[in-house]
Amino acid sequence: MEKTIRGRLEYLKTEALKDFKDKGSEAYGAIYVGTATCGRSAGSMEVFHAFEEALKNLDIKARTFHVGCHGHCYAEPMAVVSKPGWPPILYGYLTPNRAQSLIKRFFNEEDPALEWALGAMKDNDMIPTVYETPRWAMEQRFLLENCGAIDPENINHYIARGGYGGLAYTLEREASKVIDEIKSSGLRGLGGAGFDTWRKWDICRGNSESPKYVICNADEGDPGAFMDRTILESDPHAVIEGMIIAGVTIGAESGYVYVRKEYPLAVSIMRRAVCQARESGLLGENILGSRINFEIVINQGAGAFVCGEETALIASIEGKRGMPAPRPPYPAKRGLWGRPTLINNVKTLALIPKILIQGAENFASLGTDRCKGTAVFAMAGKIQDAGLVEVPFGTTLRGVIFDLGGGVPPVIKASNIPGEKPITTKKKFKAVQIGGPSGGCLPEAFLDTPICFDTIFDTGAIMGSGGMVILDEDNCAVETARYFLEFTQKESCGKCTFCRIGTKHMLDILTKITKGAGTMDDLDMLQELAETIRQGSLCNLGKTAPNPVMTTLEYFKDEYEAHIVEQRCPSLECKDLIAYYIVPEKCQRACDACVGSCPTEAIYTRRDRLKAIDQEKCVKCTNCMEACPPQYDAVIKVSPLSELPESKADEK
Amino acid sequence: MDTVSLTINGKQIVTEKWKKILWAALDNGIFIPHLCAIEQRPLPFAACRLCFVEIEGRDEPVTSCTEEVSDGMVVYTRTESVLRLVRMGFEMIMSRHPVICKDCPANKNCALQEIAQQMGFKLKPKRLLQILPELPVDDSHPLFTYNPNLCVLCGQCIYVCNEVLKKEVLDFNFRGFMTRVGTFQDRPLADYGCDSCLKCVEVCPVGALSIK
Ligand SMILES: Cc1cc2nc3c(=O)[nH]c(=O)nc-3n(C[C@H](O)[C@H](O)[C@H](O)COP(=O)(O)O)c2cc1C
Ligand code: FES
Repeated sequence: MEKTIRGRLEYLKTEALKDFKDKGSEAYGAIYVGTATCGRSAGSMEVFHAFEEALKNLDIKARTFHVGCHGHCYAEPMAVVSKPGWPPILYGYLTPNRAQSLIKRFFNEEDPALEWALGAMKDNDMIPTVYETPRWAMEQRFLLENCGAIDPENINHYIARGGYGGLAYTLEREASKVIDEIKSSGLRGLGGAGFDTWRKWDICRGNSESPKYVICNADEGDPGAFMDRTILESDPHAVIEGMIIAGVTIGAESGYVYVRKEYPLAVSIMRRAVCQARESGLLGENILGSRINFEIVINQGAGAFVCGEETALIASIEGKRGMPAPRPPYPAKRGLWGRPTLINNVKTLALIPKILIQGAENFASLGTDRCKGTAVFAMAGKIQDAGLVEVPFGTTLRGVIFDLGGGVPPVIKASNIPGEKPITTKKKFKAVQIGGPSGGCLPEAFLDTPICFDTIFDTGAIMGSGGMVILDEDNCAVETARYFLEFTQKESCGKCTFCRIGTKHMLDILTKITKGAGTMDDLDMLQELAETIRQGSLCNLGKTAPNPVMTTLEYFKDEYEAHIVEQRCPSLECKDLIAYYIVPEKCQRACDACVGSCPTEAIYTRRDRLKAIDQEKCVKCTNCMEACPPQYDAVIKVSPLSELPESKADEK
Repeated sequence: MDTVSLTINGKQIVTEKWKKILWAALDNGIFIPHLCAIEQRPLPFAACRLCFVEIEGRDEPVTSCTEEVSDGMVVYTRTESVLRLVRMGFEMIMSRHPVICKDCPANKNCALQEIAQQMGFKLKPKRLLQILPELPVDDSHPLFTYNPNLCVLCGQCIYVCNEVLKKEVLDFNFRGFMTRVGTFQDRPLADYGCDSCLKCVEVCPVGALSIK
């Protein structure tokens, strides 16, 4: 066995590369199916089995691999098929049937079934690459580079691609050199606050107390955010390597991964990865023969949003109720069990080895002056291509939402006339809620804002962990604010007055406004509550909870006023302020589609055989509107209720 | 003894190093509202958010129970921005606390009454609606009563029970607005191995825990 650190890693790498060659993935081809949580919920396990079955039935020796998530949730299940003589091709929207026939056509008939392909993954003369589509062309994969490309349950995949090189780099150098490298990369923590990573590390390293701890914050409590889960499930060794590097650098010998219980797949993949790293001598005692030790424990959290806050997270690991404590003292000084503790987000830690391997300049060449590198967003809501995107800091919101995400999708309604095309209604972008439930709601005017911690903060939103919910013209600003506040209000740990009681009052007022019972004084009270809660709360959960309300009050005040003054919901979303109405001129007597769709039998046939809605019985479920064939389009929503035309009861 | 000298509301004060502003002020007859602070507690709990003060050179008010005194520090306890926060914080607490002083075991010996009197606040909230959860009173214990409706969640009883006496009978239960003090699984106190030391009753600043 080799004697040096580098030599030992090189040996592991040679063995890792052999693992592929021996098993024939180069000679016979390979199929990589994305089977992270998102893929599985779209049916990728069934697709995986279909691939295996087809290969077996046709006696084809290509190998199959589980890989992580590509981030293109809209096209799941996805797989990359790599066949000798062809470039690797990415397929999307797969089904077990398609998988079966793909194998037959491609491997037996040399027909790559391009109608299911999204593109080739490498430059070639035959097939256009995915990089020619705007989504792939604009993305810059630095952090997510391995996601979807390697088998997360096989450490050899990671090592074969240069993995654990950052650890070897660290073990060969003084800790201060590692910190200098991180400093010149400009990396800022991706857990939300954007704190300089090198500074945190340097404070921990400088603290002479021992033992010290490293914590990986994988709580990811923002509803709709799933980038940390994706990384844990797709590239677990990057996180582990980042933690070991952190431990070696600051002088800690143990680390905790605090991951929510709701992520069972991430937990099991991380557990396996930890075991494999230990077996390879990369974790545990005497790492790569360096005489340095580091251990990792996986700690499962009970899924409380507040436990993502660092002091609450520490209390939770200590077995106490997850309640934030005042800072200072910061964890770097007094953290877990009262000891110096370095706590970083999953993404921050996963970036460390990549920065050390590819060089700080490489990372720093991406992004803006104040924010280096890339940002990862989880796009959800009214967006064409939902999923994860990674873009350099400085990209505009417009670029992310419209160029990468494909913008706001139209509403498509199938025609009931056989052979006719579905009818498409375009929808207008309204706002983007950025930064999760504690973020802010930004209207169109901010679309050209270049993304960076500081610019986003100046708008009244926050970067948070990168959740992005896109709203269209059918989403009401007041209801949106109420919805997010309801979440933070419920998730408040209940410790401090402003957050526990103050947010409850805000929620009650918002609810009142969405019911049309608000007053203009309520708006002043909302503002006063929001400002005092922001200033007075103990932790950032409370301090940021009013953000959705403050931003909508600022940018959509007219909507609040419409609810209050006219009892009108301009977006026709607030149930108490709208009514459904069947326009007699449009209704086609003979069609009974709406009648059958109504769960409460509120729709009746008038004497003239037109349909009408009994408002007393209507529960505003929208079924009739959806059931009404698009060429009639007879069901409409009206607000305020006083706009509802007189009902002609006598015609019943 | 290491001392530092600071001014609070223009008054020169000499006090021990490491002391928190709150205790330095109280020692010198300057009232700062507070419900959750315990001087001996190594890490302040900082939950009631009533002890805000303004320190010259800081952008925003800070809680005086967490902030150490330092030489030359200039502190004000009743500036406009402090009062805005404290008034709202107090009103929030009172919006979930029935004002039934006459029937309350802590009448005339109540931290809320004292704050209202010292600060010139009304007990009944003016701007906020009252939201009273009407929780069941725990009368199971032979020596004392626990009325969660009167509780202000200052955490003092939990601190003495868990951290000082290590009895671990009490803790916070539930989340958000519904958070309350209780036993594990919210069982009646009498069933829960409480040995009647009554320390929790002693520290309760309001009428939530009271002798029978
Ligand atoms: C309510 C709340 C929830 C949080 N949730 C998370 C989380 O899920 N993941 C995370 O990494 N940081 C979260 N944070 C931020 C952490 O407190 C901390 O700043 C972060 O883990 C530091 O990592 P970084 O330096 O790598 O950004 C949360 C903060 C608050 C106030
Ligand atoms: S006394 Fe300072 S927060 Fe309660």
